[in-house]
Amino acid sequence: MSSNPSGGIKPKHQRLVLIIVALVALVGAGLLAAYALSNQASYFYVPADLVKAPPEQGRAIRLGGMVEKGSLKTRSDGITIDFIVGDGKARVPVRYTGITPDLFVEASGVVAEGRMEGQTFVADNLLAKHDENYVPRQMGDMTPEQAKQVVAETQ
Amino acid sequence: MIAEIGLAVLWMAAALAVLQLFAGFSALRPGGKALAGVVRPLAVMQGVLVAISFLALIDLFLETDLSVKLVAANSHSMKPFIFKLAGTWGNHEGSMLLWITIMAVSGGVVALVEKRLREDTLIATLAGQAFVSLGFYAFLLLSSNPFERLPEPAPEGQGLNPLLQDIGLAFHPPTLYVGYVGLSVAFSFAIGALITRDVGPAFARAMRPWVLGAWIFLTVGITAGSYWAYYTLGWGGWWFWDPVENASLMPWLAATALLHSCSVLASRNALRAWTVMLGVIAFSMSMVGTFLVRSGILTSVHAFAVDPERGSFILALLAIYIGGALALFGIRASTVTEGERFSLFSREASLVFNNVMLCGILGIVLLGTLYPLMTEAFGAKVSVGPPYFNPVSAIFAIPMMLMMGVGPLLRWRKDKPSRITATVAIPALVVALVLLAVVLMFPSIRILPMLGIAVGAGLAVGSWLPLKGRNLRRTPFAVWGMVVAHCGLGVALLGAASESAFSTERLAAMNVGDTQSVGPIALKLEKIEPVAGPNWTAIEATVTASYKGGTPVTLHPQARTFTSPPGERTESALHTRWNGQLYAVLGNEGDDGRWQMRFWWKPFVPLLWLGGLLVAFGGLLALIGRVAQDVKRVRVNDKIAFRKTQQDMLK
Repeated sequence: MSSNPSGGIKPKHQRLVLIIVALVALVGAGLLAAYALSNQASYFYVPADLVKAPPEQGRAIRLGGMVEKGSLKTRSDGITIDFIVGDGKARVPVRYTGITPDLFVEASGVVAEGRMEGQTFVADNLLAKHDENYVPRQMGDMTPEQAKQVVAETQ
Repeated sequence: MIAEIGLAVLWMAAALAVLQLFAGFSALRPGGKALAGVVRPLAVMQGVLVAISFLALIDLFLETDLSVKLVAANSHSMKPFIFKLAGTWGNHEGSMLLWITIMAVSGGVVALVEKRLREDTLIATLAGQAFVSLGFYAFLLLSSNPFERLPEPAPEGQGLNPLLQDIGLAFHPPTLYVGYVGLSVAFSFAIGALITRDVGPAFARAMRPWVLGAWIFLTVGITAGSYWAYYTLGWGGWWFWDPVENASLMPWLAATALLHSCSVLASRNALRAWTVMLGVIAFSMSMVGTFLVRSGILTSVHAFAVDPERGSFILALLAIYIGGALALFGIRASTVTEGERFSLFSREASLVFNNVMLCGILGIVLLGTLYPLMTEAFGAKVSVGPPYFNPVSAIFAIPMMLMMGVGPLLRWRKDKPSRITATVAIPALVVALVLLAVVLMFPSIRILPMLGIAVGAGLAVGSWLPLKGRNLRRTPFAVWGMVVAHCGLGVALLGAASESAFSTERLAAMNVGDTQSVGPIALKLEKIEPVAGPNWTAIEATVTASYKGGTPVTLHPQARTFTSPPGERTESALHTRWNGQLYAVLGNEGDDGRWQMRFWWKPFVPLLWLGGLLVAFGGLLALIGRVAQDVKRVRVNDKIAFRKTQQDMLK
């Protein structure tokens, strides 16, 4: 090379600069991610935890439990439903507007994604127990007792 | 008999892979030249044998041979032909066989056609390829034999999960697999070049078509998968930042970075160690993706065939290959000599910038995807969704897309800012004007869609500027490819931002004869009636929709019930106009006899997938250009060699 395009920088230094730039960017991304994750991750609750240590209002969380028998009611608009999710220790009222999954029925397991508004859990999305082979994995997170109940109720 | 042939041939292929590895190894040692000649034929034979084995499995599925365990568990004699075919790879064992088939066949193709690379580097590459495939052979033959027979043939097959009985999904996983495995070839090239200390332009040129090909398949796969999720799940969304989606996005991000650094290495002989490192990372991301999908370790709306034990096997392979490759890189990196220099204001520097941004996004997606696993170790169950991924990745994606408007205009090595200021002003003006217009006309939309619309429009326009001052007829295909792909990304971003900013939704319980509206569209529920298909029955709604009082069109959303195996699926109905898409879903019948209906009007959402296809098409143009160039170069070299021998003979 007759001309030196980088103003006197030796190849070795250029490589060093590249490595430093890449490291700074990656570490920056990592720190940013860690900070955002600690604020934005949505936690999984069962009704007992939710009642014991309520999360802050409006924060995205998930709630898993059993849809209580006889609690499911449809409002007059035909698309908003109210039901109660329980785990044998506590009960949480849930409101959901939308089309329910095919296997969403009373006395069966459900995982709801949403947030607390007042004492009510407002769900954006419901994941129901599908069939024997395709269980939402959160169902696996229930205590053996709850799982036994789910099996007993659905058989 | 077919099953036994398939299994025997598969074992033979595995044996050949062992031979290929050892022959390659000894050929690289001093005095081992005798074995150098057998490595290429071995790779070709291995590819042929595995292909035969895969064809045997396809045949078993097409004939629905119920004495084979895999067929009985995943197929059904009444299934339509196309789903019998797709059933071959719609399960764990079959998809692993597909994986190894693609891997071995591409190894064979490398052995057949690659002539530019130094012979010892090629042998090292093929040995690396054999080493990688051996792990998968072990996996397939020892723990998930696809040809296993049942002691008693089953009376009838169990069928295929109804969600998977979809024409798009039948071809979606193999598309992604080709992409994943194509990156394994890039990985092997990187290993080969590291072993023989031959990291240079020839290596980059040999690797480039494979990276491009893999990248095209990944692009198509991701685009198709996103469209599948959009219309099958019935949730109106097109990207959920679900682990399985991230599993396909991460290799794509790494492959995109690799593709660009590979270009720098091929044409400018710079970024040597960086390119090798990206080659290792790209395939690692494919393996991480496969691990996440197959192990079921993370909750996903897309995951079906999951098994934790298989997950640990893939994890072990991941540790061996990636750990080994990184160790090799650590030992050899210092022997990779520095490449050519470039100034801070040059095309190389802009490509480095975007490479770093892509790696930043990759890191963010990877951390977000694995975070639930990390917290679970501490007893807290969390999930991470769009509120994390969208803004945090945008911090890196937006500067990257702005740079995409500048980088292609720059000269290699060194450039002057004054030369391009006038040209860059055009996309900059577009971004500013669109941003101003959006802020004034729709002040209520959120900041990310706003920026997305402005940057997307700027990129869609600015991507064409590298053609300025060129003779369009003589512009190489590769340049056209870049222009089209960059434009496609801008178009896709416009579609995504518009969907997020302007979508309107209507949820209602309707009686037959009721009317509703969503956005500019008037809707009427005409009737609800049962219909039947080959292996399903359904309730079908007939809805008429009229855009601003125009001629009505008819939509038929369905709720399907499948018989083999039993299951349900909503079949949404779409109506596409030039300026958006109407999306209709039929829900359940309420106690009062009204039907739940859900409608969306999504302005310009088809641009999203159109953009994705443009990106892939751009990649295809570049691939055609590169391959044609290579073929031409080989011909010219042959001619020169031929003339030389003639002249020698004359002397």
